[in-house]
Amino acid sequence: MGLREKGVEFLDKITRKSGYINDWIVIREADTSSDYGVLPYERKTVDHINFGVINLDKPPGPTSHEVVAWIKRMFNVDKAGHGGTLEPRYLVCGVGKPQGDWGTTSRVS
Amino acid sequence: MTGVLPVGLAESTKVIGNVVHSVKEYVMVVQLHENIEKEKIREIVNYFKGQIYQKPPLRSSVKRTIRVKTIYEIEVLDSQDKYILLRVLCDPGTYMRKLAHDMGLLLGVGAHMRELRRTRTGPFREDETLVTLQELNEALYIWRTTGKDSYLRRTVLPVEVSTAHLPKILILDTAVDAIAHGANLAAPGVAALTKNVEANKTVAIYTLKGELVALGKAIRNTEEIVKMDKGIVAKTKRVVMPRGVYPKYWKTKESTGTQ
Repeated sequence: MGLREKGVEFLDKITRKSGYINDWIVIREADTSSDYGVLPYERKTVDHINFGVINLDKPPGPTSHEVVAWIKRMFNVDKAGHGGTLEPRYLVCGVGKPQGDWGTTSRVS
Repeated sequence: MTGVLPVGLAESTKVIGNVVHSVKEYVMVVQLHENIEKEKIREIVNYFKGQIYQKPPLRSSVKRTIRVKTIYEIEVLDSQDKYILLRVLCDPGTYMRKLAHDMGLLLGVGAHMRELRRTRTGPFREDETLVTLQELNEALYIWRTTGKDSYLRRTVLPVEVSTAHLPKILILDTAVDAIAHGANLAAPGVAALTKNVEANKTVAIYTLKGELVALGKAIRNTEEIVKMDKGIVAKTKRVVMPRGVYPKYWKTKESTGTQ
């Protein structure tokens, strides 16, 4: 199996797993060189972490920000962020900015 | 509140915020202020299916104007006395606390949200990839003490997973480094794309190996891109691929000057 085929297979697999489908239209057939880059699931461990995401089951109690701060320290990475807050006492899913103690925050990308 | 909270490490921090804009699923416990027959509850719950108007609550982080949100699915999983267990699939930015409150108003007895768990945000679901802080800690411990990373690779996922729900464009090796330097994606660099690319919507750009290069904003839809042989296809927004991983094929003023 060519590298391109493996790459597409990987993307199709994670997409199906998430409940979506990739309906491809191929424009150019060229393959990809093995001299540079890497299949996403074959990254070196350190790179796997630096290009890693976690599907975290947030515990009740701490804020999303506190949880992210812990993870940052655990993994010893210079930055970490989350997608959408799950506040301990109050919840909104959406985009916004912090407002006081009870407010919620979401990263605006 | 518990449940699905996607966290991006290091380089993934730049793109993890994008899942904020994706579909959400919650399981919540609503507490009614008086007992009501189950039939009536089901009737009112079904009333919330489809488009609803919602004014963000007093303590909210957005402008308090009435917004239209879609409830794709809403289902009573269980009910007992004053408690209703609900599953809700909705647009991002739908307030569950407000939904519970509004249900109480329609039922005529009042209600509030008692407990909430997020079971999905876009590509992240409550499945075997969902891990606790303790499991993460163990995986790190095993890797650091034994050098074995198989457990770590099951708990930490490749950044690409956080873009699985997006329309996609695969690009040629020759186009990768230009995008890594922030250039916009031009038509000759496109190798393949999914049929759901839409103008002005977010698109994920990958190498042919499946590595995420960047998130961009599509300028044209799939149908138009297929017919293009030049011009900009997508504007590069968030770059994940470091510079210099792929060789530089684009010409700079200096390199063209020496030719």
